[in-house]
Amino acid sequence: MSAVPASVAYPRGGTRGGSHATGWWGMGLLILTEGALFACLLFSYFYARTTAPAWPPVGIDKPDLTLPAPMTGLLLLSSVAMWWGERGIRQGSRGQLMAGLAISFALGGTFLALQGIEYSHKTFSLQTNVYGSLFFTITGFHGAHVLAGLIMSAVVQLRAWLGHFSAQRHLAVQNMGIYWHFVDVIWLAVFASLYLSPHLF
Amino acid sequence: MSAPRRGRAPNAAGWRRTVPGRLLAGGAGVAVLARCTGGPSALDPHGVRAVQIAADWWGMAIAAAAIWAGVMSLLALALLPRQRGVDQWALAEDYRETPRGGLALVVAGGIVMPVIVLGVLAFVGSRALAAQVTPASPTAFEVDVTGHQFWWEVHYPSQQITTANEIHVPVGQSVQLTLHGADVIHSFWVPQLMGKMDLIPGQTNTTWLRADAPGVYRGQCAEYCGLQHAHMAFLVIADPPDQFAAWAAAQAQPASQPTDPALQDGAQVFARQGCIGCHAIRYGAGDTGGKIGPDLTHLASRGTIAAGTLDNTRGNLGGWIMNSQALKPGNLMPPMPMDGPSLQALLTYLESLK
Amino acid sequence: MATVAERPARVATDERLTYLWETRPGLLGKLGTVDHKEIGRRYIVTAFAFFLLAGLEALAMRVQLAFPENTFLSPQVYNSFFTMHGTTMVFLFATPIQSGIANYVLPLLMGSRDMAFPRLNQFSYWVYLLAGLFMHAGFLLGQVPSGGWFNYVPLTGPIYSPGPGIDFWALGLIFLAFSTTAGAINFIVSTFKLRAPGMTLSRMPLFLWNMTVMSFMVVFALPALTAANVLLELDRKFGAHFYDPAGGGSVLLWQHLFWIFGHPDVYIIFLPAIGMVSTIIPVFVRRPIIGYTGIVLATVATGVIGFGVWVHHMFATGLAPLSQAFFGIASLMITIPTAVQIFAWLATIWHGRPVWKTPFLYVLAFFVDFIIGGVSGVMFGVVPFDWQVTDTYFVVAHFHYVLIGGAVFPVFAGLHYWFPKITGRLLNDRAGWLEFALVFGGFNLTFFPMHITGLLGMPRRYYTYPPNMGWDLLNLVETIGAFILALGVLVFVLNVLYSLRQGEPAGDNPWHASTLEWQTTSPPPPYNFRSIPTVHSRDPGWELQRADETTRYGSETFSTARETIGTSLHDAEPEELWAMPQDSGWPLLLALALAATFVGALSDWWWLVVLGLPGGLVAVVGWLWPTRMKVIAL
Repeated sequence: MSAVPASVAYPRGGTRGGSHATGWWGMGLLILTEGALFACLLFSYFYARTTAPAWPPVGIDKPDLTLPAPMTGLLLLSSVAMWWGERGIRQGSRGQLMAGLAISFALGGTFLALQGIEYSHKTFSLQTNVYGSLFFTITGFHGAHVLAGLIMSAVVQLRAWLGHFSAQRHLAVQNMGIYWHFVDVIWLAVFASLYLSPHLF
Repeated sequence: MSAPRRGRAPNAAGWRRTVPGRLLAGGAGVAVLARCTGGPSALDPHGVRAVQIAADWWGMAIAAAAIWAGVMSLLALALLPRQRGVDQWALAEDYRETPRGGLALVVAGGIVMPVIVLGVLAFVGSRALAAQVTPASPTAFEVDVTGHQFWWEVHYPSQQITTANEIHVPVGQSVQLTLHGADVIHSFWVPQLMGKMDLIPGQTNTTWLRADAPGVYRGQCAEYCGLQHAHMAFLVIADPPDQFAAWAAAQAQPASQPTDPALQDGAQVFARQGCIGCHAIRYGAGDTGGKIGPDLTHLASRGTIAAGTLDNTRGNLGGWIMNSQALKPGNLMPPMPMDGPSLQALLTYLESLK
Repeated sequence: MATVAERPARVATDERLTYLWETRPGLLGKLGTVDHKEIGRRYIVTAFAFFLLAGLEALAMRVQLAFPENTFLSPQVYNSFFTMHGTTMVFLFATPIQSGIANYVLPLLMGSRDMAFPRLNQFSYWVYLLAGLFMHAGFLLGQVPSGGWFNYVPLTGPIYSPGPGIDFWALGLIFLAFSTTAGAINFIVSTFKLRAPGMTLSRMPLFLWNMTVMSFMVVFALPALTAANVLLELDRKFGAHFYDPAGGGSVLLWQHLFWIFGHPDVYIIFLPAIGMVSTIIPVFVRRPIIGYTGIVLATVATGVIGFGVWVHHMFATGLAPLSQAFFGIASLMITIPTAVQIFAWLATIWHGRPVWKTPFLYVLAFFVDFIIGGVSGVMFGVVPFDWQVTDTYFVVAHFHYVLIGGAVFPVFAGLHYWFPKITGRLLNDRAGWLEFALVFGGFNLTFFPMHITGLLGMPRRYYTYPPNMGWDLLNLVETIGAFILALGVLVFVLNVLYSLRQGEPAGDNPWHASTLEWQTTSPPPPYNFRSIPTVHSRDPGWELQRADETTRYGSETFSTARETIGTSLHDAEPEELWAMPQDSGWPLLLALALAATFVGALSDWWWLVVLGLPGGLVAVVGWLWPTRMKVIAL
């Protein structure tokens, strides 16, 4: 490693993006820790199952997939839209970025609305038994993370509209993308555990 | 009142033997570990499970002391002054090199030695665990224990026995223990006979013990369970099989309806003052009665009251009834004040429940 | 020697850097500073205050236990004291004081001007302070948590602990987790991105390695505690059934979640401490560490295996024997990486030449007592032995030996070691010897006999005990020992207070140490280093000492804006400049908004929760909103 040359001017940060950026690492570690939190919640779900004589407990039907299946599709599409928007700004297109963010926002909002409808159809509550407690807590935590993502997206959209981002500098968009895809992955885990697995074993 | 065979509660029984024990304890160390402390010591084992653990302990303690002493010796040698007359802040000779001997020490002490020692320990431990899990001999019967804040409910299902805070077992016979938690987590621990096992609400834990010498062994709750966790002891009394059989037979009998007027007075106080709401005195074979507090059908046969907190004497019982909160604050029995004659009648009646 | 022509340039650079980096004067500066040195000092002082508080609780308990059937403390007070003693020591002292020392030292150690996220750093401190106060607020209401520091259900559930006592504990810890996690993220990113040019991973000081591994452990372990506490609060406040067997829930779920956090937590406490040991030994035996690679591998191995042994806290709960056997053996195996480190340190001492100053004394005490804790701990891996001694004074002895021997002694070594750097003055070394003798002697007198009382049948968490069990004299001895230990701590406090004013000036490098923090003034200027050093070895100070170099640093000063150089992860090649924030009030606002949310949740004032969350949101947006960078001409 040579001595630092005396007259090299280093670029000011944020232009290389990816794992060169401190913010990328910060967001990456945040999703790792939040992911661990969801892992603990899902651990609790399966642990409760091992000690239960029946699952779902007597009196509760196996989870209905009518709403959750399309909800999953919506969330996946919203990730695609997010990715497309980020690709746009990488190529310098503010328009594509804003379109992608807006579509992603709308799909995410629809996801939450459908979740609210699904909640209203449930015949059990948080207080009914451990199954109810787990269901509403785990999906509720996920929904809260979606809501946080929507707020993040709104702020990023505002900044995009104000012209803060360019092909060289768009760290906030990159980090937004990481967070949103994380929320999507968590949903897949929640969906597989809470909704699919009772039908499978 | 007939007290347990050994005459008195362990703290009283041990008193005489602990005078020399205390002197030895003052010698700080070796003698304390001798077997005559009289308390509920894991190093004073009288049952097969505790004997095995105590033996393993001594082996491990010697090995641990040797390892510690060895490392300390190395450290002391390392600290001996070697380079003299050098400015204290001068760097050590050859500080740029990594001495071969240094790495060898790291490998020998840091990998080879621990792998060997821990390998032996893993082997010893696995064997010990396997031996502890299976009863040493087929279990003679089951004792069902439920932990409450702050007392122990005891049933012998096959012998129709219900009691509290005291378990009798025949010497030399394995006994199954079925453990339940009624409210919070408690832990069943009789150091002289066995390691502890928790009583957990929502699950049933099963274990066993065998006492190999007659005696009165103190048990204690060993999982923090609230305000009076410190006063939740019990006795395990090991008797020769014929004495145990006599005890079991007596315990299986219900109480007899009092015919003596003095006792009848006391029985009426028991009902009138509300004791009957929490405590059962069973007159009929199928009687259950209140189950919030200990069953009192054979109260007078027990060595202690308040879960090992007090010796079972008339005076202690009277004080406990009048204001148990003063003796064990936070226990679940409210003060039961009453006039003198009522109390005396009640005590006379309770003393008859052998 | 600097030439005449260089000196004005150097002065001008110092003035520019001071202008760029110093904290604003007055209250705004005090509240809004992002200087890691100020934040580190605050952490250390606050953590030490909690240490003293928890220590007083311990002394009170020891007075109660000095005699059988004593009535100095009621059962309520005693049970609250052992709960708060453990909780405060583990959560509000052990980790934060090390985070504080690391906060101060790490940027200096890595040749940087600050942490990667200075405002997040400030936020971490405020949340720590507020969460600590929150957890103690129960004292003001007579509702102090009394469920023990690991808070088992059902005792701590809604039925058996009504009232807000436990809520102070559980919500307080959820709140605190924001601080600990933010701190961990900050340490990792700083270490990855801000090391001085040339400080490759294999030239990184071991303290940085240990803090990095510890921080990754925090990232993965703390969520288990947060999950456990969230589920508990849902049971307590909203009628959920996670831990309620009657509703299909499970009492053991709490224990699993808690210990999945709790066992890694002991390594989270231990690793930074042994990072300090790895730092201090070379300095006081005058040679570089032997076995650097082994120590790094051992640290990483400990961090990983530490997640796989938690069930050894649950051996008495009636789990399947096969599971107990597995976790017992895993618990034995985790000793091996630590043994590697012990022998690496031994080898270093062997091939070095000791300098008998107080920091080194504490390192030796660490050896003596941590190894006792380690060998007693290994015994618990023999499961039937665990059944006898868990929940007794034997385990109390074990964990105090590993925590005090293994963490507190290194922390005291670290405080003595870095005090001159932080304050510019030396602690009095004679007083240090006296303090050390009292602390070391008092500690062993207090805790060694507990091995014996535990084996003699004395359970833990008993507010009193009957006489004539064979425990009486030993308990009295332990109480005497505790007061001797406390006296030693008092000597330390007096030494600090005296030395702050009257201590001998330390100079840049009183210990003639090799790492970068000693290559700048004591205390360092707000900007840490005039020019960012370029590193060529693991012991830059000693390399320079031998090489007779005329210039001490590379010549880049980066003095036109508040920024520091970011380098690549593996080889620390300079990449780009990272702008560092000015003093900011957003972190405090966010911390207060969170505090309001938690106070609202505790008191069932849901309107406050509804206010606090959006308030927090505003603070986050304000914090992250881009600001114009100030650039000054050369």
